[in-house]
Amino acid sequence: MDWIMILKAVAVLGGLGAVFGTILAVASKVFHVETDPRFEPLCEALPGANCGGCGYSGCAAYAQAVLDGKAPVGLCNAGGDDSAQKMAAIMGVEAKKVGRQVAFVRCSGTTAKNKGYYEGIDDCLAATKVGGRGPLTCKFGCLGYGSCTKICPNDAIHLVDGISKVDPDKCVGCMLCATVCPRNLIVPVRYGTHITVGCASTARGSVTLRGCSIGCIGCTKCQKTCPKGAIKVENNLARIDYELCDNCGLCVEVCPRHLISDSNLTAKDVGEVHKHRVFQRQG
Amino acid sequence: MSLTGIIGIALGAILTNNFILVKFMGICPFMGVSKKMDTALGMGVAVTFVMTIASLVTWLVYDLVLSPLGLTYLDTMAFILVIAAIVQVVEMFLKKSVPSLYQALGIYLPLITTNCAVLGVALLNIQEGFNLLESIIYGFTGGLGFTLAIFIYSAVRQRVEEAECPECFKGFPIALIAAGLLALSFMGFSGLKIF
Repeated sequence: MDWIMILKAVAVLGGLGAVFGTILAVASKVFHVETDPRFEPLCEALPGANCGGCGYSGCAAYAQAVLDGKAPVGLCNAGGDDSAQKMAAIMGVEAKKVGRQVAFVRCSGTTAKNKGYYEGIDDCLAATKVGGRGPLTCKFGCLGYGSCTKICPNDAIHLVDGISKVDPDKCVGCMLCATVCPRNLIVPVRYGTHITVGCASTARGSVTLRGCSIGCIGCTKCQKTCPKGAIKVENNLARIDYELCDNCGLCVEVCPRHLISDSNLTAKDVGEVHKHRVFQRQG
Repeated sequence: MSLTGIIGIALGAILTNNFILVKFMGICPFMGVSKKMDTALGMGVAVTFVMTIASLVTWLVYDLVLSPLGLTYLDTMAFILVIAAIVQVVEMFLKKSVPSLYQALGIYLPLITTNCAVLGVALLNIQEGFNLLESIIYGFTGGLGFTLAIFIYSAVRQRVEEAECPECFKGFPIALIAAGLLALSFMGFSGLKIF
């Protein structure tokens, strides 16, 4: 054992390192791939959550599609207006204002009746495959097996009294939950929406009533009450035109089945709507 | 070298001395990326690829550089260096030449740098005294064995996910038990011999 051995070891390992370092440096030049200089900033403008809500496999795939001209900017719900504006600036186009969207479950049937008992895989789609579209009497209502709560990447949707409920402050609007709901109950609505129709039943009033006391029977009371003409009953189900609705809340008060509610999809300006409603009543 | 020698090495690497289930190397990707069958297969293919090339290059480095200079005790360190460099070059090469394969392997390629099965195959090649051809065959078939094990395991895991099991075993615990049973079943191959 002498100094020569130590020096030899250092020289060999150092030499190997230098050789591989050189190879890597050369390789990085030889195998250099031209990427669009806009690709990186586009990826940075996106939230990077890879939720897939835009219809692409991830944020990078969506950015690539935008570069290839296959997709418009602003498809990202999670990033909202902020990321749409940034992307538009990078691509040099005008972004349409989309507003932040959140998921909403069109069912408030906490009193829904069962026509049978289901014991099986804890999954909504599986439950609809047996007993004639599932154990609920209502063919439209939330089954409450939580397929949407399991898929939500942000822990924003929970089962409350047996039906799914979205926490609008956690929801990023990726709409993954909508893809697994066999009843198609989950729709995107604008963040900040107050008046919502918590029912999706297009069955006749008597049929709906048989399954659930909180179901739309198509009585058109809301339609007659609405001073703005924003609410219409089609196919035995009330629908709100949010372009016209001004959150006055009169429909909430007249609905005999209490399915139209002030869902208050932004927890922040609760005071705002109360002021508004008081003003309406006084006027 | 004879054909039976090659088959013997292949059978040993794939079944009787499977890297994951008998030698317990490369357990981290085995547990980590075995949740879905297609990602497991992608990982397996990437590992096979790197193990084959690593066997070739480490054998050359050992026999042409370390051995003549009497520095064989440095093999582990030198091999780590070699493997890290190979993975980097392979990644760059794929990105340029076979972008579709690069996309498919994705994140798994850089992860292989720290896969102990790759370092294991390089060190075992030296330990067993294999020549260059035998080393390459051992690396390739070892990778195939890795792919086989991770693919079977991912299929088992997908079924276990859906099955009912006690609350306390749900998720990772039952996956570990499944891995143990799979390793047990591979012990059945230990009697396998080539005439």
